Amino acid sequence: MQWTYAAIYAAIAVLLGSAILGASHLISPYAPNAIKNETYECGVPIQSDARERFSVRFYLVAIMFILFDIETVFMIPWAVLYKQLGVPGLIEVGLFFAVLSSGLVYLWKRGGLEWD
Amino acid sequence: MTPWLIFGAKAVGGLACQMGVGPAFTIVERRVAAWIQGRVGPNRVGPLGLFQPLADLVKFISKEQIVPADADRVLFLLGPLLVFAPPIFGFCVIPYGNMIGDEHLQIANLPIGVLFVMSVISTGVYGMMLGGWASNNKYALLGSLRASAQIISYELSLGLAILIAVMMSSSLDLNVIVEQQAGKGFGAWNVFGGGHLSQLPSGLLGFGLMFICALAENNRLPFDLSECEAELVGGYHTEYSSMSLGVFMLSEYLSMILMCGLMTSIYLGGWSFPGITDPSDHSILAGLISWAVFMTKILSMMFVYVWIRWTLPRFKYNQLMDLGWKAFLPASLVNIALLAVIGVMGV
Repeated sequence: MQWTYAAIYAAIAVLLGSAILGASHLISPYAPNAIKNETYECGVPIQSDARERFSVRFYLVAIMFILFDIETVFMIPWAVLYKQLGVPGLIEVGLFFAVLSSGLVYLWKRGGLEWD
Repeated sequence: MTPWLIFGAKAVGGLACQMGVGPAFTIVERRVAAWIQGRVGPNRVGPLGLFQPLADLVKFISKEQIVPADADRVLFLLGPLLVFAPPIFGFCVIPYGNMIGDEHLQIANLPIGVLFVMSVISTGVYGMMLGGWASNNKYALLGSLRASAQIISYELSLGLAILIAVMMSSSLDLNVIVEQQAGKGFGAWNVFGGGHLSQLPSGLLGFGLMFICALAENNRLPFDLSECEAELVGGYHTEYSSMSLGVFMLSEYLSMILMCGLMTSIYLGGWSFPGITDPSDHSILAGLISWAVFMTKILSMMFVYVWIRWTLPRFKYNQLMDLGWKAFLPASLVNIALLAVIGVMGV
């Protein structure tokens, strides 16, 4: 039942956003022309399409994010129960932790975190 | 029929926390900014300029929406909606007051509330990415790339800082987390160790990390690299005009409210305050008082956001990434390891 409420509230959130944006579309004037619809580039004629190559570092950050975010996800069940799991649980998660931390250290040493 | 009426009342209450306070906070932010900088600020519309948000709304709605010719029309129009919906949706698990009768003041009482908010918060980045990419504008593309790289980098430390509070409370249910902190004095708040003095350093460090990561997640100064006007005009919303731009601006405040609500719930005792709220009192008046306490906490934190905005200069991008990956990530890992040892050894 609570999940139904959550789903309905999601629908409310989307509808509210659509209503605000839709109201603006209905009320506001609409008079496009070629000059107005040009992409903004400080007023000078556009040199090229914006979708060019960009720094590979952004991809690298995304990949590193996935690796370390999965770590957080794996640790959530342990975090809820870590007091009951006691020392054996601590040792197990400690091994997991050590592997991932060494990954971070390796990344750092290889210069994967440098931004110059 | 009655459960739906109760749900409706709760939904209205939750929306009031966000859609009521969010726009109203824009005038607070501008007046506080003016006060800090020794200016007057907007004071013409209505008494003390209080109707300024309404005037802004009318102006936003009545302006022409320009869609650039080179833009991807569907994604361009979808972008603001994808930024706007997640912060509202995420708020449905935040308990915004003490129980009234048998009902929690929470729109949907999910047993994994913390996990739910974390996942909903991370979906907000799609709107920024799509909006910036669909604009087909170089400033917008750079802004959205910066924004997404920044948000996902700081999400790691944010998740680990949330994990600290989860470890202290041994629960993912936000109601349980708040009730554990309620009615036992300040020491029971997770930021002060959740009732165990030995956990005090972990709580303080966890809350500090979470607060700074929240600034970065919400693209607030000193982390607003995605829209720094000196280099990128307006960042990912350069090409937006009319209410689409207004929705991007409003979403910033909505996600601030959500993030402050989450921080308040898991670290600062939620709706409770020693001496003011009584967790065992389930009357309507007590519920309203606890709601007022909750909103006061959120607004105080948002005031600190504004204060920081006009105090600190902006980071450079490499400094931002260095801080996230080389300082915050190791610090939160060490914090978790320390808390795990302290908790298991029962010190």
